[in-house]
Amino acid sequence: MKEVGSLPDFGLGWLEARGPHSDIVLSTRIRLARNLQAHAFTTRIREPERQEIFAQVREAASHAAALSGGVAMELAELSPLSRKVLLERHLISRELAGESDVTPPRGTGLIMSPHEDVGIMVNEEDHLRLQCLMSGLRLQEAYQLVDGVDEELGAALPMAFHHELGYLTSCPTNVGTGLRASILIHLPGLVLTKEIGKVLQGLGQVGLTFRGLYGEGSEVVGNFFQISNQTTLGKSEEDLLDHLEKIVGQVMQYEVEARNVLMRDARTVMEDKIWRAYGLLRYARSLSFDEVMNLLSGVRLGVSMNLLAGLRVYTLNKIMIFSQAAHLEQAAGRPLNDAESDLHRAAYVRRILEREGQVSASLDAPGEDVGV
Amino acid sequence: MMLCDHCGENEAIIHLTQIVNNQMSTFHLCERCAAEKGLEPGVNVGNFPLTDFLAQMGKGGTSEAGSAGPCAYCGLKLEDFKKTGRLGCSHCYVTFEPHLRGLLRRLHGGTQHLGKVYLPPDPSRTQQQERLAGLKRKLDRAVSNEDFERAAKLRDMIRELEAAL
Repeated sequence: MKEVGSLPDFGLGWLEARGPHSDIVLSTRIRLARNLQAHAFTTRIREPERQEIFAQVREAASHAAALSGGVAMELAELSPLSRKVLLERHLISRELAGESDVTPPRGTGLIMSPHEDVGIMVNEEDHLRLQCLMSGLRLQEAYQLVDGVDEELGAALPMAFHHELGYLTSCPTNVGTGLRASILIHLPGLVLTKEIGKVLQGLGQVGLTFRGLYGEGSEVVGNFFQISNQTTLGKSEEDLLDHLEKIVGQVMQYEVEARNVLMRDARTVMEDKIWRAYGLLRYARSLSFDEVMNLLSGVRLGVSMNLLAGLRVYTLNKIMIFSQAAHLEQAAGRPLNDAESDLHRAAYVRRILEREGQVSASLDAPGEDVGV
Repeated sequence: MMLCDHCGENEAIIHLTQIVNNQMSTFHLCERCAAEKGLEPGVNVGNFPLTDFLAQMGKGGTSEAGSAGPCAYCGLKLEDFKKTGRLGCSHCYVTFEPHLRGLLRRLHGGTQHLGKVYLPPDPSRTQQQERLAGLKRKLDRAVSNEDFERAAKLRDMIRELEAAL
């Protein structure tokens, strides 16, 4: 069985924290749903046909300039741990990863471009799910990348397209552009000021939707929200992206305002929360993943508001990914039960924060003036 | 309890978000004031999960009465679709068209694709013309957004296609 462990940073370019607003917007994700014309959708075909599709896509990808030299893997050939690692990196969906004790069906797989910025899930709900993950708020840039790959594959493989309904998809909620654009955004200010409910409700009324960290049906942890377009038909890709970008801009503005209110009315409380969060991450001996996410949320807020200097957002992003259960097991080289996992997690976080070095309060922090 | 922005007396139960001139504003209204303004709760596009729509399919509407399917290509029955929310193949969109049209309108607010026009490997003349129209739409938009890099790319694509026609 193939291990993804030999590629330690595989598909993790989006953690770099380099794009615009990357302190608030962790990542931008663009996904295009496509189906091949000559086959029924994935849920209605059997294994030989799925394998045939995987082979066709792999062949087309090997001739596409944007994909040649990349990696193609069938999920059935990966170990359960590697599949979980890919899931934790957001490179494959929960549906595609499947249960750890069940070998995934043949013909389902993942193809990654050589720079690992564009990935294709093969035979998920749709034959092809092209996706691009990028750090920060970069909708147009991410779309251009996926669009380029879509053009190349579409020229080689006949896609299911209807002149009125656009690209045809297994679920009617994706038909038309097949485009789902998502922003993973950190909104602790709105959560703390209890304004978040209103903002989320407003999203529904402007054709957008929100989800937790791992997409549909997942919980909100660490004050991270995934905001994405809800409709895919009747608007052009550019309009969908512009609309999302505009609304995300407003949500960011609300978040900044909420943070300003917190700084004005409760600065010392905020500083205390942020430093306590840092202290726990830096010294605790056992941490659950949810606890890490919540503490990271406080620290990220501190870094973003210049209350905590000397920590990189990249480091915080990295902890989010590498302190997940499968990543810890991979590093340990053996299965871990929950209690062991919590110990390994705390040790990992301590180590990475120690390596990051001295963290200090920003110079204008009033807490420094309180003489003892 | 949040009070109605309009009368300031009753509890606000309807929260209306509007975008005017790129500004998002939210109004909180009580049921009575909302009704006076002609707002009904829950008529927004895209606010309901697919399952709710599917549950309502085939209830009351006359167009739903016509028998459709199973799909001649993949064998999917309408009941299967109602159960799973997933269609079986591209032909299902034609087979179940009368049932899907209303659903798509309510899910998306429209049924006419305005995005990228796909050009298959061996395109017909009509397909090429449709693609050309789509590219020109995108070009207009890129120019008005002053995205000249994209506009140049689109212009090349248009020229190439026009030469082939």
